[in-house]
Amino acid sequence: MKLQKNTLFALYSVLESASHPGRQLSAGEIARKYRISPHHLAKVLHTLAQAGVVESVRGVGGGHRFSGNAKRLTLIDVIGLFENVAAPRARRQAAGAGVERAIGTVLAEIDAMAEATLRSITVATLLKLMARQQRARGR
Amino acid sequence: MSARVRNVRAADLEQVAAIDLEITRVPKPEYWAGIYRRYGSGRRQQRFFLVAEAAGRIEGFVIGEVRDWEFGSPRCGWVFGISVRPGARLAGVGSRLLEAICGGFRRLGVAKVRTLLARDNPLILSFFRSQGMMAGPYIPLELDLELELDPD
Repeated sequence: MKLQKNTLFALYSVLESASHPGRQLSAGEIARKYRISPHHLAKVLHTLAQAGVVESVRGVGGGHRFSGNAKRLTLIDVIGLFENVAAPRARRQAAGAGVERAIGTVLAEIDAMAEATLRSITVATLLKLMARQQRARGR
Repeated sequence: MSARVRNVRAADLEQVAAIDLEITRVPKPEYWAGIYRRYGSGRRQQRFFLVAEAAGRIEGFVIGEVRDWEFGSPRCGWVFGISVRPGARLAGVGSRLLEAICGGFRRLGVAKVRTLLARDNPLILSFFRSQGMMAGPYIPLELDLELELDPD
């Protein structure tokens, strides 16, 4: 599974903001950390704000802060704001006959596993994974 | 009230089956009697059937065992059943049950715990993920027995 750029930027933004709950992060701050265009990121943050995942704070010192429920918000919830994860699977399952259909069945199997994985991992779980990996690296 | 995790007793079985029935909507009294015989009574050896009790009521259960060299895998802990009464969820009962069975596995010298989950059940998948479980090195496969087996 290959995620589109916007989707990846959205995941970076959500995890950055959720790892600093209550703190306002500017688009520039996140953009610098991940070496991405602030202009591009602003559009992504706008979509996240519209979905209620982050909250925009205007004015001096403004930015974005996480406003979702980290224990409930899954990766697929975020990804689904930017792309249709189920579409390739449906396309593959329905595709043609013979070779095309057989290959489509195998690829649909892979997509289904990827989708189940993304659906089962919440933002809180991913933050815990990051913390574990950091602890392991520190050992 | 905090739940206490302990070994199952014969008197708990009715409540365990009721929790399962509430969740799966499939009554299976013979299955639960068999599971109790194998995992809950007599010499349990490498088998675990634990319940979480709060205020005299069973709020959840976990069942598992240590399996040796299955499909070439060094001995590992297997959790094949865990349920929490829907009304008792989000209070850490499932985490305590998993923690208790993992403690049992550790005491037997096991360093890895595995389970098998339906991929269309995000609730239980999310629970195990939240406990730090990741995809393992095995892939579950199945065959529709209505199909003919390939002679090659």
